Amino acid sequence: MRLLQSLLSLNRKGTFAHGIHPPTSKSQTDHLAIRRMPFSEKMMVPLSQHFGAPAKSLVHKGQEVVRGEPIARADGFMSVPMHAPVTGVVEGIELTPTARGPKAEAIIIRTHHAASQQVMYGADYDWQRATAEELIQQIQKTGMVGLGGAGFPSHVKMQVPEDHQIDTLIINGCECEPYLTTDHRMMLEKTDSLLLGIRIALKICGAERAIIGIEDNKMDAVEAIRAKLEENDPISVGVVKTKYPQGSEKLLITALLGREVPSGGFPYQVGVVVNNVATLSQLGELIPNRQGLIERVVTIAGPGVSKPGNYLVPIGTPLRFALENAGYFGDASRLILGGPMMGNTAASLDVPVTKTVSGILVLEQTQSSSEQQKIYPCIQCSRCLDACPIKLNPSQLGRLAAKREYEVMADQFHLNDCFECGSCSYVCPSNIPLVQYFRIAKSVNRERAA
Amino acid sequence: MGQPIVEIRTSPHIHSSPTVAQIMHNVIYALIPLAAFAVYQFGISALVLIITVLVSTLLTEMMFARLAGRASTLVDSSAAITGLLLALTLPPGFPLWMGAVAGFIAIALGKTLFGGIGFNLFNPALIGRAFVQAAFPVAITTWSPAFAPGRFVEFIPSTFTLPLMRPDDLSLWIEKINWLRGLNANPGETVDAFSGATPLAAWKFDGITTNSMDLLTGMVTGSSGESSALLILLCGSYLVMRRMMDWRIPASVLAGAFITALMLYMFDSESNPDPLFVLFSGGLMLGAVFMASDMVGTPVTPLGVLIYGLLIGFFTVIIRTFGGLPEGVMYAILLGNALTPLIEYVTQPRVYGSKKQTGAAR
Repeated sequence: MRLLQSLLSLNRKGTFAHGIHPPTSKSQTDHLAIRRMPFSEKMMVPLSQHFGAPAKSLVHKGQEVVRGEPIARADGFMSVPMHAPVTGVVEGIELTPTARGPKAEAIIIRTHHAASQQVMYGADYDWQRATAEELIQQIQKTGMVGLGGAGFPSHVKMQVPEDHQIDTLIINGCECEPYLTTDHRMMLEKTDSLLLGIRIALKICGAERAIIGIEDNKMDAVEAIRAKLEENDPISVGVVKTKYPQGSEKLLITALLGREVPSGGFPYQVGVVVNNVATLSQLGELIPNRQGLIERVVTIAGPGVSKPGNYLVPIGTPLRFALENAGYFGDASRLILGGPMMGNTAASLDVPVTKTVSGILVLEQTQSSSEQQKIYPCIQCSRCLDACPIKLNPSQLGRLAAKREYEVMADQFHLNDCFECGSCSYVCPSNIPLVQYFRIAKSVNRERAA
Repeated sequence: MGQPIVEIRTSPHIHSSPTVAQIMHNVIYALIPLAAFAVYQFGISALVLIITVLVSTLLTEMMFARLAGRASTLVDSSAAITGLLLALTLPPGFPLWMGAVAGFIAIALGKTLFGGIGFNLFNPALIGRAFVQAAFPVAITTWSPAFAPGRFVEFIPSTFTLPLMRPDDLSLWIEKINWLRGLNANPGETVDAFSGATPLAAWKFDGITTNSMDLLTGMVTGSSGESSALLILLCGSYLVMRRMMDWRIPASVLAGAFITALMLYMFDSESNPDPLFVLFSGGLMLGAVFMASDMVGTPVTPLGVLIYGLLIGFFTVIIRTFGGLPEGVMYAILLGNALTPLIEYVTQPRVYGSKKQTGAAR
């Protein structure tokens, strides 16, 4: 009977079709409490760290700034402001290298040695008496973007079109990417601010309930949150199966509610708003104090790092400084910003940590032989179809990409539904770089459409 | 210069899967027991035939890679699989020169002509076999007795037929074998005189059915590697357990054959064999487990795999029952291969968040 019950409860754990099970590799950092990283001598705050228009600088060369002070304002609704990560002097607004490659404008600040680096800026804010519109404005003022990695401005995400009713707020605590443990640590250590952030978000979107989706490999976080919930709390925890890419917001909605977001659509179309754990727990800290986003938790890990951990890193800290503090003194090869499944390599160590960097990983040099990296033609083994979480046909898409039939890919084989989770490339025995093919196809199609 | 070279890679940065070569090696491991059993059953003739066909396929693959100016493609071992599979579908006494021709055709026409591994529409081994079936109809239906005494020291007379010559008639030799067996048999033990027919042919042309247990264990005659259904299933399970074979394909082929045979049997149990005999006889098991499941040339969609398998099973029984040949697996699989693009086209999965099917729906 007990076996039956446990089987039933297992079945009740939400999940989605297909997906993969890469090694989670989280044990290196998941037990390490969040530590503060020292302040680098020089900070570089790019004006564009988010999806949307770059912020407009408010400072000039030689100006003294206080930690937490706004140094750039939002340029329109689809934009966010920037705040000074340190007390210091503006050295100028210069083109600096970014992780993606091309140089971009950034505010360079020389850190003041004598400063206490206490956040002096800010004031009390009674969010409970504010309206939803006021709260959305307030969120924009924090400069908050989705900390999960996409960098979509949070206030835009909370703004639901008038004709849609939201019934559920989903908080994404899956953290399905291997190695990363920032969300896990925040759920354990910042439970109160997370719950506060959720209550603020509930008020904004008018949902009657909030579900925190957590994978079943983080049961300690589930317990920690459940212990702090009130009776009849609108907030609950939904345990989902550990599987990649469970942290994709559409798949999480399916796992928790059984609803399917329409192709090309948004979660609000099925009555849901999704926010990341890190985003909401930061909002829970910032909103009541009218403060701005000046630091974030970053997992620095991987076989090449001697002091791995979860570090509270000021935004604008150069990668080199962050890595040296974590005990890595090598070059930028095999360096990944984000998780190993969807993260990007960094072109150099002289780029800053931005709002969207959830992890800095140093993976081992691939020792594999040329035979293991050799690309074979597709042998139609259908592993990619069994891996694709949204049931695309990556095999077919790959063959079309080889023939450069990019329009056919988009028109007939749902290329644009692919969110580049990498599951197909992960399982491909022929080593076909499917995701890269799809990225190229998408960008060519975008250029042709333009 | 002098700057460190920074490798820019694109995500995902981790990868986990056996390589194509590893998958192919495992298929070979799974085929080795079948080859060994063939040698045990039919003696040195089977061994020499397997080696000849293998060498022929490997040399052809090497030659075409060189002609095309490509690096040697032998490392992925897919040519070796073709050779092994092809040899296992041939009668053990098949003349060696014909085996070499079959191996050449299999790789040349069945594989490299289409662009090599991954591009062939049809199973190369079956292309080779289809060719020799058409070119040498007598030799490919001339069977020799299993477990012939002296099979490890004496070749089947047809084995060393000179190139471009017709093989000798085996009936004299088979009579000798039967006589030898009768002589060596213990008193009281009856010895079946070998008539030179496989269980399928025996049933089709003479209405004799063979004991199911013998079919399962391979105590019958037939092509080198087709006789033991049980051994084929075991070797196939190894690949399935290593997740290197899609079990849905053999399962649906066998299901298709079983259902079709069952319907025919229920309709007329006098002239149609019972479904179990259909499953375990002839090349169906080897075809279902090792040839229909060859990934290249099979649909990739889940529903497509099911349809593909059921169709092959259906075709096999229909050809066996109504066709002029006792065996139909080869043509059934080739037909299935030919239908694969169409099956795939109409069975695209429904993509998350969309209402329509992919591809075919527009």
